[in-house]
Amino acid sequence: MSAKRRPPGEVLLKVENISLSFGGVRALSDISFEIRRHEVFSIIGPNGAGKSSMLNCINGFYHPQGGSITYKGRTRRQMRPHEVASQGIARTFQNIALFRGMSTLDNIMTGRSLKMRAGLLAQAIRFGPALKEELEHREFCERIIDFLEIESIRKVPVGRLPYGLQKRVELGRALAAEPELLLLDEPMAGMNLEEKRDMCRFILDVNDEFGTTICMIEHDMGVVMDISDRVVVLDYGRKIGEGQPEEVRSNQAVIDAYLGVQH
Amino acid sequence: MDLLYKIFLDPFVQMGAAPDLLLQTLWEGLVGGVLYALIALGFVLIFKASGVFNFAQGIMVVFAGLTLVGLFGVISGLGNVNEHVAAFAALGLTVGVMFVLAVGIERLVLRPLVNQPDIILFMATFGLTYVLIGVGELIFGGEPKVMITGELFLPRGSTDWEVFGGFVSFQHIDLAAAIIASLMVAGLAVFFSKTRIGRALRAVADSHKAALSVGISLEQIWVIVWFASGLVALVTGIMWAARSDVSFALQIIALRALPVLILGGFTSIPGAIVGGLIIGVGEKLGEFYWGPLLGGGIESWLAYFIALVFLLFRPQGLFGEKIIERV
Ligand SMILES: Nc1ncnc2c1ncn2[C@@H]1O[C@H](COP(=O)(O)OP(=O)(O)OP(=O)(O)O)[C@@H](O)[C@H]1O
Ligand SMILES: [Mg+2]
Repeated sequence: MSAKRRPPGEVLLKVENISLSFGGVRALSDISFEIRRHEVFSIIGPNGAGKSSMLNCINGFYHPQGGSITYKGRTRRQMRPHEVASQGIARTFQNIALFRGMSTLDNIMTGRSLKMRAGLLAQAIRFGPALKEELEHREFCERIIDFLEIESIRKVPVGRLPYGLQKRVELGRALAAEPELLLLDEPMAGMNLEEKRDMCRFILDVNDEFGTTICMIEHDMGVVMDISDRVVVLDYGRKIGEGQPEEVRSNQAVIDAYLGVQH
Repeated sequence: MDLLYKIFLDPFVQMGAAPDLLLQTLWEGLVGGVLYALIALGFVLIFKASGVFNFAQGIMVVFAGLTLVGLFGVISGLGNVNEHVAAFAALGLTVGVMFVLAVGIERLVLRPLVNQPDIILFMATFGLTYVLIGVGELIFGGEPKVMITGELFLPRGSTDWEVFGGFVSFQHIDLAAAIIASLMVAGLAVFFSKTRIGRALRAVADSHKAALSVGISLEQIWVIVWFASGLVALVTGIMWAARSDVSFALQIIALRALPVLILGGFTSIPGAIVGGLIIGVGEKLGEFYWGPLLGGGIESWLAYFIALVFLLFRPQGLFGEKIIERV
């Protein structure tokens, strides 16, 4: 579907034998996979399969009991959210987590938290270099706003926006961090066809233009098959399939899992 | 009939008959209100950032005041030090102590309890209160201390303003309190609205997980808000103690902030300020014009009464948006 894509590069993120349980519930058992640079990588599976838990492990919100995660060559047993963010991983959430009281622009500005350097006092009194820095970040965020076509809601508190636009703002906030790896948890859930098409376009454009690696959870099979380079399939916390979209589509275990839990 | 007249008409007749007295009462109410607002502000900062109702805010006021007076004693004891130099050195050091306290609380109380239910953190601030009382008594002793107002160049005396055929008297210390509190509030407002930290604080207040995902450090924000409310506590301590003295009894002024919070909301900085002023003025008016009717003693509950009556008409509080529960 997309024109020319960058060829996948070296391994950016490697997940090895991750296991995670909550009390008696095994959310993830022994999951391993690799994500390569510039890929669009999708995680699919029925409800409760452990997809979001996987992203939360990568992002450092959940701490798996077993296994390790290697990101940019450094292996860790557990990731920590702050460190993850500063290493270039940004994300969106399944149940939108925006700063509801703030405007679209301010939400996106928070995405640049780690890029701001000016001292506190300098900022408070809007001292020269601090002001200049703030303006530069502002300009960057305005470009994201243009890119996502949300100029008209720049100043609107996001709590008042319709769901589809909130998802878009959340993507904008993640993009503001200029991530190397972008984790998207169901970016198109609850959207109508047109909104989905826009969202697909944004994701592919980001991937094309900036070479950003994408790791996405998505239920819409049409979308997944269209835009993914590779797909991993989870069911009841286990990995039941992995490969290019065509391979996964014809994998019997995957077909059974999806027939068992019809969507 | 007579009672109704006394409640609903007579006080206003009195106000009209002696406008200078009314002005005097309003002024005293405003001054009290400024201090309530400061205390409430300390609560709001911490509640916004961590969702914790900080029971220790009152004792922090006492602790800051005692530390200031105590350090002043130590520094003056060193020998031939000018009293003003000693006072300001003690002030600087106390600010340092409040910073260390904020870091200590973050490390020893907040960080180990992160992800625990809010009620656990609330209980932890009880614990903190008693630790601070214990440490405070150990170091400074239990007896009340005199605040070093003169040494800090805080003015004494009063000025009379002749008006309406009478006069209104302004205590200079009250004027100073009002000015310093306003400057402090303005400073905090600028800091929290114009800086990256301010944006980060609002972000943390809205969603912890989203704040973490963009790389905002909760630990750093917590230290900053506890330090900020420590500074607010210090200013409150100085101003309040300037009228009486510094003693552990002062910690109950924390309870005075509760009606302000009911009125202004737990997360609204303007709410804390305007709420503080309303309660302060309402309390003084009530005490002066309605108090005799009820035989005194009304200051202990009047503030709550004002807050509750207000909420009857505006359930969302001063600046809150109408909350519509999603079902
Ligand atoms: N914080 C948590 N505490 C307890 N159990 C959890 C927690 N998070 C996830 N689980 C459990 O782990 C399992 C996997 O959940 P997860 O949210 O990862 O699934 P998912 O694949 O994202 O599903 P969906 O498609 O519905 O979003 C579920 O059984 C869920 O109840
Ligand atoms: Mg999920």
